[in-house]
Amino acid sequence: MQFDSPTSPHGHARTSVTRVMLRVIYALIPGIAAYIYFFGWGVAINILLACVVALVCEGTVLRARSRPVWPFITDGSAVVTAMLLALALPPLSPWWLTLCGTAFAIVVGKQLYGGLGYNPFNPAMLGYVMLLISFPLEMTSWTAPQMLLDVKLGLIDAATAIFAGRLPEGLPIDAFTMASPLDTLKTQLLLDQTVSNVIATSPIFGNIGGKGWEWISGGFLVGGLWLIYMKVISWHIPAAMLGALFAVAAIFYLIDANTHATPWFHLVSGATMLGAFFIATDPVSAATTNPGRLVYAAGIGILVYVIRAWGGYPDGVAFAVLLMNMTAPTIDYYFRPRVFGHDRK
Amino acid sequence: MSANLFHDGVDILHGQRRLWSFHGGVHPPQHKHESTNLPVIRAELPERLILPLHQHIGEPAEPIVQVGDKVLKGQMIGRAHEFLSAPVHASTSGTIVDIGEYAVPHPSGLNATCIVIEPDGEDRGLEHPRVGDYLQLAPSALRNLIREAGIVGLGGAGFPSYIKLNPGKLDGIDTLILNGIECEPYITCDDMLMREYPREIIAGLRVMQHALQARVCVLAIEDNKPEAFRALHDAALHEAGIEVILCPTIYPQGSEKQLIKVITGKEVPANGLAIHIGIVCHNVATALAVHHAVEHGRPLVSRYVTVTGAGVSQPRNLDVAFGTPVRDLIIQCGGDPAAVKRLIMGGPMMGYALHSHAVPVIKTTNCIIAATEADIVPPRPVMPCIRCGACADACPVMLLPQQLYWYAHTNDLDKVQEYNLFDCIECGCCSYVCPSNIPLVQYYRYAKGAIWTKEREHEQADIARQRHEFRLDRLAREKAEREARRRLKKASLAKNQDKTPHTEEAVDND
Repeated sequence: MQFDSPTSPHGHARTSVTRVMLRVIYALIPGIAAYIYFFGWGVAINILLACVVALVCEGTVLRARSRPVWPFITDGSAVVTAMLLALALPPLSPWWLTLCGTAFAIVVGKQLYGGLGYNPFNPAMLGYVMLLISFPLEMTSWTAPQMLLDVKLGLIDAATAIFAGRLPEGLPIDAFTMASPLDTLKTQLLLDQTVSNVIATSPIFGNIGGKGWEWISGGFLVGGLWLIYMKVISWHIPAAMLGALFAVAAIFYLIDANTHATPWFHLVSGATMLGAFFIATDPVSAATTNPGRLVYAAGIGILVYVIRAWGGYPDGVAFAVLLMNMTAPTIDYYFRPRVFGHDRK
Repeated sequence: MSANLFHDGVDILHGQRRLWSFHGGVHPPQHKHESTNLPVIRAELPERLILPLHQHIGEPAEPIVQVGDKVLKGQMIGRAHEFLSAPVHASTSGTIVDIGEYAVPHPSGLNATCIVIEPDGEDRGLEHPRVGDYLQLAPSALRNLIREAGIVGLGGAGFPSYIKLNPGKLDGIDTLILNGIECEPYITCDDMLMREYPREIIAGLRVMQHALQARVCVLAIEDNKPEAFRALHDAALHEAGIEVILCPTIYPQGSEKQLIKVITGKEVPANGLAIHIGIVCHNVATALAVHHAVEHGRPLVSRYVTVTGAGVSQPRNLDVAFGTPVRDLIIQCGGDPAAVKRLIMGGPMMGYALHSHAVPVIKTTNCIIAATEADIVPPRPVMPCIRCGACADACPVMLLPQQLYWYAHTNDLDKVQEYNLFDCIECGCCSYVCPSNIPLVQYYRYAKGAIWTKEREHEQADIARQRHEFRLDRLAREKAEREARRRLKKASLAKNQDKTPHTEEAVDND
């Protein structure tokens, strides 16, 4: 009589990579819903397009690499990458922008490094930075929030704009695009305006940040807190990144409130919340020990501020994440937890 | 504390000592209530009892009987000659029919030397002398009595107990912990034992306390066993110096070092033993065995075994004579050995799969899980590590399992040791929570094995090199001695040169 005899443990928790990725996708929903509400259907079209492109690219490369296609297509990681990238694109980006960025993220950023689990950089941020460097004009023509527009674009209009590059009759593109709040602030500060002046004169600013952005950031915050509650991510990375960004912003705000935005503004602007809970927490490219995560994420928070305040780009989350991705292995080497029964060193 | 226990209207947890916690741990499904519904009964004696001579950690016992001998229950049949060893006793009366190689419970599935007894059905016991008052015995005599009774740690490790009842250089230890945690899913043998023999367990604990001169005794039970807790709490109500405490359920709390942390807040040093910080841990079943040995002179010949899993229709606990084949227990609990998919000895987290159901129950067998598809999650495809760190969050030793995995995977044996591989207790928490289904513990076992093999090879190479050096030394020495003799001879000849010149020539031509 023979029994199968694998080694212990004989049980396994109900968990899988797919389950983890699905939860990340669920957690994105509140933020995405707010994003669509304030910026129109273009957001949804970008996300769908990116997902399709990501899955096609993933499958094609897996096949070319003679790897099993089905388990990796269904693990959900390509979809998460696609969604994060699409969320970083302007809502009415031309279709080829989304296609190029997603294909680059999946093929170069992920598969060429060895696929799931082997990419040293966050693939979505690699795709984003590639687009930002290659197509700066398209990447910075941001749509204005819907409440500032006289006309609203429907689903068909948005699709036409994205796929055919045509807007409804008689509407100039300028009617829809506007610099983002971070961009506006940066440009105006260079023209020697004070922060309070900029915020008071430009219609895109709301109570603490850009109009609409406050809610979108809130949506990502809610989803992110749920991820922590579900133990999909640990609190270390979001807390350290937001904490460091807040602290640095607060210091400069206290030094000179005329030339530096409030720390609250930084927390709800640009990709801060999305970055803290969904991008910096990408486990593959982040530091993995808990003490290491604190150092890694604090580094991101500081770099985000440095780039926003003194760098050449309005937002700095993507660059900050990629820069800290490079340091993750070293951070993991130096910041290890104390082992049970060992003295603290 | 999840269980809210009241006794005569008073919360009996009031005033319980402060508890600590350890890092990580998991909460796998319990599956305990299945086997606690039926009362414990004695397992039927099989046609043949197969008693391995190695049922414990250490050196195997050596047989002191011959084929054809008649033995009585409790008679010693294997003697322990080494310090780290335990004797084996006949678990019923009968005839020795064979001493030879049989399948034994071991992950390797290899055979080992066993003594086979054909029971005569009378179950006649040896007359054991009663000890009387153990307090009058010298601690060394008490330990020797426990050693001769064949008592080993019954929690699963099987370490000879008498060694752990020696305070060593200390006058006495600080805390004696009696482990009634039983944190592995499915297993309920200690639970049932505690429900049925609370007074005897406390009596055994007193013997242990005396041997160790322990200042405080703590009996720890997880809060998923309220009946056992209540029974022991009542039994210890008027006993000074014994605390019965309830701990929140978490796996692997029953692991010695983790339990010590929970109860005392102290960490056993990585390369040290619990006794180095004045603490000793024993299992509740061991305490009962000590009580039987000291009070009634009875050696260890049987134990409670949980027989459970979807492969048996009446999961329950049985009082099993050592040497009873697992097959007999499955049949007795309404199981069909042919329908069982996997046979696990021990719990689902740390137990091992048996290769055959002919293997006998031994001293360390606490549970048999006759697992079918209902108990075992079908293996899912192993995905690449996504470095999520769930393993590190679950590790009760605060290791970095994924780093260990990378280095074990690439066979970097120096790095795995740098990342403290040998602190791993193989509890299985990391594998259990891994979303990529990576069999992490298997990699660690492999790496440990590879390191041991390498060290053995090193040792052997060292021995060979030493031998070679000795030989060179010897040859050089011999040459030097020859040379010295020759010079001596030459010198003595030189003195006589004038008289015998021819001899010197003869020597030179030598």
